Amino acid sequence: MDYFLVVLLQIVGAVGNLALISVGLAVIFGMMRVINLAHGEFIMLGGFAAIFSAQAGINIWIAMLVVAPLSVALLGVVVERLIMRRLYGRLVDTMLASWGLSLLLIGLATTFFGNRVVGIAAPVGSFRIGAYSLGAYDFVLAGVAALVFAGGYALLRFTSLGLVARATMQNREMASSLGIEPSRVYAVTFAVGAGLSGLAGGLLAPISGVLPTMGVAYVAKAFITVITGGASVITGTALSSALLGGINTVSTFLTTPVIGDVALLLAATIFLRILPTGITGRIFKGAP
Amino acid sequence: MTFPALLRASRTHVALAAIATTAAILILPTAAPLYTLINITLYMSMGVFALSLALLWGYGGILCFGQSAFFGLGAYAYAIAALNFGDTTLAAGFAVAVPAIFAAGLGYFLFYGRLSDVYLGVITLTVTLILFKLINSTGGDAWRIGTARIGGFNGIPNTPLLTMPFTTVPLSPPQMFVFATGALFSTYALCKGLIVTPFGRAVIAVRENEMRAELLGYNARRLKLAVFVIAAAIAGLAGLLFANSVFVSPTMFSLSMAAQVLIWVVVGGLGTLFGPVAACFALQIATVALGKLGLVDPNIVLGVVLIIFVVLVPGGIQPALTSLARRLFDADRRSATSPIREAVQ
Repeated sequence: MDYFLVVLLQIVGAVGNLALISVGLAVIFGMMRVINLAHGEFIMLGGFAAIFSAQAGINIWIAMLVVAPLSVALLGVVVERLIMRRLYGRLVDTMLASWGLSLLLIGLATTFFGNRVVGIAAPVGSFRIGAYSLGAYDFVLAGVAALVFAGGYALLRFTSLGLVARATMQNREMASSLGIEPSRVYAVTFAVGAGLSGLAGGLLAPISGVLPTMGVAYVAKAFITVITGGASVITGTALSSALLGGINTVSTFLTTPVIGDVALLLAATIFLRILPTGITGRIFKGAP
Repeated sequence: MTFPALLRASRTHVALAAIATTAAILILPTAAPLYTLINITLYMSMGVFALSLALLWGYGGILCFGQSAFFGLGAYAYAIAALNFGDTTLAAGFAVAVPAIFAAGLGYFLFYGRLSDVYLGVITLTVTLILFKLINSTGGDAWRIGTARIGGFNGIPNTPLLTMPFTTVPLSPPQMFVFATGALFSTYALCKGLIVTPFGRAVIAVRENEMRAELLGYNARRLKLAVFVIAAAIAGLAGLLFANSVFVSPTMFSLSMAAQVLIWVVVGGLGTLFGPVAACFALQIATVALGKLGLVDPNIVLGVVLIIFVVLVPGGIQPALTSLARRLFDADRRSATSPIREAVQ
C-alpha cells in the first residue's frame, strides 16, 4: 500500500516536472508556430540565473521564481528582435536558426561559466511515508506547474489579452486587419515563452544542478510532450504531460531510468502513428 | 532508367568528380604525410555522411534532424559484427544493412503516420538522443553482444580495421584512403544517378507537392520511406568509414554530430550534392584550425555560422555562387542549369 502511494506520488512529481519543462516551448510553438530548439538552453540559462542570484545573496525563492524567468524573458525579447522576427512563417528555418542559437548559447555558457555542474541546495526537505522517504521539492514543482497551467488557461480563456493572443494565433492577417499588431503580440508571446522556460530552469536548478550542456536532456522530452499534446497550448500540454509522465515513471520503476526514457519516446512515436495531430488535434479540439 | 540516360543527365558532374577522385588517389598517398592522409580519410567519411542528408533533405524534402542515429548505428553494427565474426567484409555489410533496417522500421511510423516534416525532424532528433543515452549507459561487463563489449561512454577502442576481402591483412592508411575516396565518389555518382531515375523524379515530385504527386498516382509514403532507407544506408557506410579512421564511440550519436551534418547541408546549399560535401570539408578544416587556436569554443562558431546562413543566405553557398556565376557569364544559360532542374522539367 505504501509502495503504491509512493509510486503514485512519484508520478505526480514526474508529470509536474514534464509539464513545467514543456510549457514554455508549447507557448512559443503553439501560438507562433516557431520551433524553438534553443528551449533547453533557455532552461539552462534560467538555472544559471537562479543559482548566481542566490549566491549573490538574493532569497532563493525570489531567485527561482522571479529573477530566472525575468532574465530569460529579457533574452527572449532580444532573440525575437534579432533573429526570429525575420523567420515567421518559415517553420523549418526557425528550427535551424534556433538550433544555431542553441549551439551559440552552449558555447557562450561553456566559455563564461565553465564546463562544470553548479548547484544549490533544495529549499525544502523530505518527508516519510511508511518506510519510504520522498523529496518534498517534487511537489513544489508540481504545485508551480499546476498554478502556471491554471493561470495560463484563465488568461487565454477569460481576459481580453488572451482573446487577442488567440485571435493572432488563429489568423494573423485577419487579426491585423482588426487593429491588432501581430509583431507586438509575437514579441510578447516569445518573451512569455522564454520566461516560462527560464522559470522551469530556475526551479530545476536545485534538483538537477546546472551545466552548459544540460539543455539537450530537456529539449527532446519537451518537444515530444508538446507534439503529443497537439494544437492546444494549455490543455494539450497538460494532458500529454500526464500521459507521458505516467508512462515514464512506471517504466522507470519497473526497469531503469534510461529504459524509462526509451519507453516515453516509443509510446509517443506509436501514439503519433495513431493520432498524428496529437491529443487536442482530434479529441479535445478547440480548447485553449 | 537506362545507363546512357543516366550518363546524359549527370555526365559532366560525374566525370569531373571522377577525374578529381583519380587525381587524389594517385597523388595524395605519395605526396601527403601520413597524419594528413588519415585526416583526409576522416573528412571523406564525413563527406559521405553529408551526402546522405543532402540526398534525403535536399531531394527527398525530408528533414531528418537525427541522421547521426544511422551514422552511429552503422559504426556500432560494424564494430560489433567484426568483433564477433572476425571477418570485416561481412561486418561491412552489417554497417549498411542495420541502419537501413532500423530506418525502415522507424520510417514506417513516421511516414505512414503522415507526420509533417517538423514533427519528423523532432522525432528523429529524439531517436538519436535516446540512442546516445542508451549507448552511454552500457558501461560494465554485463553489456555485451556476443563477444563484443559495448563499452558505454568509452566506446569500442579496439574497433577492428577493415581487411582485404577474405584475408586477415588490415588495410594500410593509404589503402584506407583510396577506399574512402572511392566510397565518396561512388556515393556521389549513386546519388546523382538516383536523382535522374524515374524513382528519383517521383521523389522530387513528392518533395515539390505531395498531394499533387499522390493524385497523379504515386505512392508518396512508400517513396519517402524508400529514400529514407537509402539515405540511412549511406549514413551507415559513412559510419563504417568513420569507425575505421577513428573508432566507435557514443559521440557519433551526439547532438553536435547531428548538428554538424545539418550545417554542412545548409551552408553548402539545399538541393545540391556537391555543395554539402564542399561545405563539410571547409567547415571541418576550419573547426580543427579553430580548435588548435583554442580561442573560441567551436560551438560558438558553428552556431553563428548556422544562424547567419539561415537568416541571410538561405539558399546556401553553391546556389549563391552558381547564380553569381550565371550573372557574370550570362552567355550560356543552359549549361548553368543544374541537372535537378532538368530532372524536374
